[in-house]
Amino acid sequence: MSQYSWPDPATRPLLGKSISRVDGPAKSSGRAKYTYDYNPQGLLAGNILRCPYAHARITSIDTSAAEKMPGVKAVVVIQKPGSEIFWAGDEVVGVAAVDEGTAEDAMRAIKVVYEVLPHFVSDAEPPKTVAADTGPVSSDDFQDMEENQVPDDEVIAAIQKRGVSFKPEEKDYESMKGMGVEPAVIAALRKAKFVPAEAKQKSPYKKTGLQTTGAPDKAFASAAATVEGVYGVPCIVHSCLETHGSASEWNSDKELVVHISTQNVSGIAAQMAEPLNVPAGSINVLQQNVGGGFGSKFSADRWDINTANLSKAAAGKPVKNMLDRRAEFEVAGMRPSAYARVKIAADKDGKLVAWDSRSWGTGGVGGGGTPPLPYIFEIPNQRKQNTAISTNQGSARAWRAPNHPQAALITMSAIEDLAAKLKMDPLEFISRNLEIAGPRAQTYREEFAIADEMMGWKKNWHQRGDKTPGNIKRGMGLSMHTWGGRGHNSDCDLTIHPDGSVEIKMGTQDLGTGARTIITIVAADTLGIPMERVNLLYGNNRYPQSGGSGGSTTSGGVTSSTRRAAVDARDALFAKVAPALKAQPEELEAVDGTVRVKSDTSRSLLWKEACAKIGAVPLTVRGKNPDKEKPPDLTNSGVGGVQMADVSVDIETGMVRVNKMVAVQDCGLVVDVKTASSQVYGALIMGISYALYEEKILDPVTGRVLNPNLEFYRLAGLSDIGELQVHMMTGKGYDERGVIGLAEPPVVSPGASISNAVANAIGVRVPFLPLTPDRVLEALDEAGGSHG
Amino acid sequence: MKDDDAHPRETTLGFSRRDFIKISAVTAAVPLVLGTKVVEAAGEEVTIHGPGKVPVTLNVNGKKLSAELEPRVTLLDAMREQFDLTGAKRVCDRGACGACTVLLDGKPVYACSVLAIDAQGAKITTIEALAEGDALSPVMQAFVAHDAQQCGFCTPGFVVATTHFLQQHPKPSAEDIRHGLSGNYCRCGTYDGIRAVALAGGKQS
Repeated sequence: MSQYSWPDPATRPLLGKSISRVDGPAKSSGRAKYTYDYNPQGLLAGNILRCPYAHARITSIDTSAAEKMPGVKAVVVIQKPGSEIFWAGDEVVGVAAVDEGTAEDAMRAIKVVYEVLPHFVSDAEPPKTVAADTGPVSSDDFQDMEENQVPDDEVIAAIQKRGVSFKPEEKDYESMKGMGVEPAVIAALRKAKFVPAEAKQKSPYKKTGLQTTGAPDKAFASAAATVEGVYGVPCIVHSCLETHGSASEWNSDKELVVHISTQNVSGIAAQMAEPLNVPAGSINVLQQNVGGGFGSKFSADRWDINTANLSKAAAGKPVKNMLDRRAEFEVAGMRPSAYARVKIAADKDGKLVAWDSRSWGTGGVGGGGTPPLPYIFEIPNQRKQNTAISTNQGSARAWRAPNHPQAALITMSAIEDLAAKLKMDPLEFISRNLEIAGPRAQTYREEFAIADEMMGWKKNWHQRGDKTPGNIKRGMGLSMHTWGGRGHNSDCDLTIHPDGSVEIKMGTQDLGTGARTIITIVAADTLGIPMERVNLLYGNNRYPQSGGSGGSTTSGGVTSSTRRAAVDARDALFAKVAPALKAQPEELEAVDGTVRVKSDTSRSLLWKEACAKIGAVPLTVRGKNPDKEKPPDLTNSGVGGVQMADVSVDIETGMVRVNKMVAVQDCGLVVDVKTASSQVYGALIMGISYALYEEKILDPVTGRVLNPNLEFYRLAGLSDIGELQVHMMTGKGYDERGVIGLAEPPVVSPGASISNAVANAIGVRVPFLPLTPDRVLEALDEAGGSHG
Repeated sequence: MKDDDAHPRETTLGFSRRDFIKISAVTAAVPLVLGTKVVEAAGEEVTIHGPGKVPVTLNVNGKKLSAELEPRVTLLDAMREQFDLTGAKRVCDRGACGACTVLLDGKPVYACSVLAIDAQGAKITTIEALAEGDALSPVMQAFVAHDAQQCGFCTPGFVVATTHFLQQHPKPSAEDIRHGLSGNYCRCGTYDGIRAVALAGGKQS
């Protein structure tokens, strides 16, 4: 029986070391090609005329002038007259022309008349008079809940309590399953009581029922300390540097080649097949590099379908349409906002006893996400209620660790405020509550001890409000986070050629996380050969399918399938080589570029000599994840991480500077310390960016985004980040858990830890991110104008 | 297309930089001719190009490259679309992010904010010319060694900017780096590695 388990530290030459990313040279030299760079002979420029109103109905469209313009090759109406449009920037007419300038001129020549309808874009606190949604769950309600990743137990509770006003058929259940709806939710739907829909008052607010656990009133009444606060984060935009988009080319009526900027190479064809009316198998999806995704690039979008339609209308010529920056801001996804009024209480020993939250937020027309409140801590007595607000703006998409950064900001801020009221060091306060911190409690304990050392927390922490004279106040804050990250489904083919070269084919993608590097490391490590010998072919849906890169599921998935394939290929090679070494296959090992007998290493063949024994036909095996027939499970779920921030705040200008941040992170077995650490550094930087600068601002009058560009939607720059330190948990207690992805967890805590550090520095809470100078000064003013 | 009071809800596109460039030329009321014309504006002689295509010759990486381009075409778009020099990236397309950084007569500029016709006569150096054949430049090698890249979309711009910065500051201080490398954005968050590249003077360790 082959041994698939991850090798011990003593017998893994590459795995767990610090290795430079294999695609580094191509990227740093500018040779790496992205979808945006695709530029074949005869490429036509695609573009889209977008609706300028946040809510409107199309009255008429006249494309005749545009169609007659020289250089215009195709004009395709995307939404016909009569269509209702729900957000500014939505697609109306597509154009393909010989160059971008001509396409822009053509769009100006298209006449669209709209009936403008009233819009609503505010995610301010809902009026108290909004009643809870008690009627049956409609099909729309259900889809909104699933898209917004409302926790399964809440979905099930709503279905059971309220009934449903729709009757799914068997094929609907199948498609739900395909979209990842949990079996328990489907089971609840099957059993649900059918309740006919009642006529509802049109309202942008959807309020859940009040959820109560334990006896919150009693717990608050007898608590030693209670604080109340309001906290929140606005909508922010992924801002991928490579905008969304694709290039399409029809080789015949039935053969489509799509180059697309995506996190989901293997999943795109199935999404394009139906709207284009071609079999998915006839669509070849290609991508070598992607300029950022962060959760926003899983789908073939309407603009991608349009690009394929434009190509078809232009006799199959290649058409490329990458979104311009404004469209990227308006239609290509965002992170939902989340705000909450929170009441939290502890007993005299500093143990959390009660939680009450009324949260709200928006994720566009479909409402908002439901942050898992309270985050991490299973506080025994709780009462909570969430209101999702439907707004006329482009829909939210998954943004690294959906709902977690918002939940962490709300929960960890409330906890820090409570600790401050108790005049207790929050690190001490949290330590006293780790027993209700869920399955990763011990991980947090170990990590906080390391973070304390790295930050000098216990040595330098002071009570809330830096008493140092002058206008610069310094403070520290902390936060913690968790995430699942179990490896996704992944198949790969690994081939050992008789000349000793090794090839892996996998329909996956590398978002810059190091996926390509860790696949190569695992194969080379298992086969005992240098990484240069492994040729990884990926970014093509004709290769064995691998899941989309989301939810930190790629690392676990691709390394598990690669490990199984490499072990099987190696053992098949051993069987071919054993007679020549006068040994049994199980007595062989592949080490240092040789295949040799474990007990007598003088009986050895060079890798290339060994591979020559394969014969004329290369040896190809399929590796899979999961694969119950080839245990053990090589991936796992559930990680913990902690972060601390040290900031300075100028109380005269309101400017916040990050002096230092530390991150201590667990992700099971670390395959490559270098790219894993980079992922955490990157998350800290992205976190500093959203903590201090990022906010998608909508104009209530026009309903449009006021800062749809990189001058006024500010990202952190190199001068904004302070000193950063990252520590990856490795060794016993971590390695044996298997490989777990890392993209989500470290981006959860920066907002909370920085907000807490600011509160510790200036003595008052700045309730909302980003912590801009005006918000800092306003918080100081409300606290009594102690500055200036 | 004009705004027409009878059809107040007809759409027009937003007012983009390219509109501005084009409108400036049109306001000068020059007939549609190929080539250039000199007119007087605000008391000074001004050369008018376009608005049709005009011959443009650029000196890029030591080679003369020619194309027929509308005057509104930026240096960035000319390089990427006409000459397949795709190392410089189009990201913000309005001089905010630095992903399109190239050297113009040895100085870093945002190629999205320079018109191709205005870049004629200047010596243009792109990321493609900084690599020595297949071998990486020392700064590129340092980017790999310090893992100063993730998705890589901002990387060519950062490599050009860092290369120039290190020529000016071979042994930069932390403060020099903060000032000198603030003109480029990265979304994945690779600044820590880039800072390490600069602190090491562009060396691998």
